[in-house]
Amino acid sequence: MTPPTARELHLMQCHRCRLVCARASVSDNAEHSAQYNFRQSCQRCGTRLHARKPNAIARTWALMIAALIFYIPSNLLPILHTSALHHDSTTTILGSVVALWRADAWDIAVIIFIASVGVPVTKFLVLALLLITVQLGNTRSRRERTKLYRLLELIGYWSMLDVFVAALLAALVQFGALGAIEPKAGILFFGLVVILTMLATLSFDPRLIWDSQPKNEQ
Amino acid sequence: MVHDPTQLIICDYCDSVYHRPALASHQQARCQRCDAILARHHFLSLDQLLALTVTAGMLLCFLLFYPVLLVQTRGQTHSATLIESVVALIQGPISIMAIVTAFAILVVPAMQIFLLLWILMYSRFSRRAPGFRYAMLTLTALRPWNMLEVFLLGAVIAIVKLTGRLEAMPAAGLFALGGLSLLLIGIAGRDLHLLWEKLP
Ligand SMILES: [Zn+2]
Ligand SMILES: [Zn+2]
Ligand SMILES: [Zn+2]
Repeated sequence: MTPPTARELHLMQCHRCRLVCARASVSDNAEHSAQYNFRQSCQRCGTRLHARKPNAIARTWALMIAALIFYIPSNLLPILHTSALHHDSTTTILGSVVALWRADAWDIAVIIFIASVGVPVTKFLVLALLLITVQLGNTRSRRERTKLYRLLELIGYWSMLDVFVAALLAALVQFGALGAIEPKAGILFFGLVVILTMLATLSFDPRLIWDSQPKNEQ
Repeated sequence: MVHDPTQLIICDYCDSVYHRPALASHQQARCQRCDAILARHHFLSLDQLLALTVTAGMLLCFLLFYPVLLVQTRGQTHSATLIESVVALIQGPISIMAIVTAFAILVVPAMQIFLLLWILMYSRFSRRAPGFRYAMLTLTALRPWNMLEVFLLGAVIAIVKLTGRLEAMPAAGLFALGGLSLLLIGIAGRDLHLLWEKLP
């Protein structure tokens, strides 16, 4: 026994204050329109109500592709410049993981690798999977795909780790004889990737996964 | 439609509609279709929420002045507070990231604490705060952008990265940061929307 959906009962939940509102006008045309948007505002907080996030698929694709483009320079460009008395060095993200691994700090190497490679790559793959299956109207393993979306929400900002580590190192090590650590452009692109993938996750609507009904149910 | 819409609850993830469940302590309601958490038992009263918000405010003030990390070399001590970490980014070639970092670890937590204090102080006198609606909408929009817990992990990693070169150690601010990030998850997290119902 599956519970009824808000769409069937002509209900909408305000996405800001979570009040359940009855849909004011239900015309058959609107019922079958792709967008499902209605000019109605929440009685409690005044937010414009919508049954689904507007343009979810196009927005998510756009933000994800922008993030993917920035992900290339974030890996190729140096993230830190270390100047010491006798030698200067710059490190990229992967370079710092390798250096930590060689220095026997394998646990930190694993954490940095997960935050800066594992999390962004997982986000790209999961977003692409969700977008493509929704666009194809796939009805298989909807529960698992919804769980994947919740995973995206959960891991969202943990990739900011590299940006914060660079900021802290730069704040601590900026004095004469001991050298200085300066953040470089790679960190900038990496921060942009994190923000864009967070926005992509926020603009996707997981209810779209459930909108395509299996044919034998209808 | 026979039912009062306020007694219904809709799953954010799959659009399923349920009657609002009555939950005992430590119980939570899950969606049958997609397994999302629909509702949790809320154990904090408004006064407890206010007390925790005041505590969070004090921790944040402490963090403005006390460092998270310390480095000691040849009798010299260098420290990093939250503000100094932001300033270090401003001075580098990527000052745009300073704005993002300042937002994620200073502005968002400070606004969350201020807005909650504003709402809850008025609720203490059973009144709805002026601008309640805007305060609540802002709090909802800020929720995904508080990154204190990530900064906390960043501080721990910075210590390890510096070992071998310099003697880095955690300072009192690191523990305050841990407390503050936990408090904010609790008071400004997912169950925030309940304030709309508790303060009609
Ligand atoms: Zn609303
Ligand atoms: Zn019923
Ligand atoms: Zn659900």
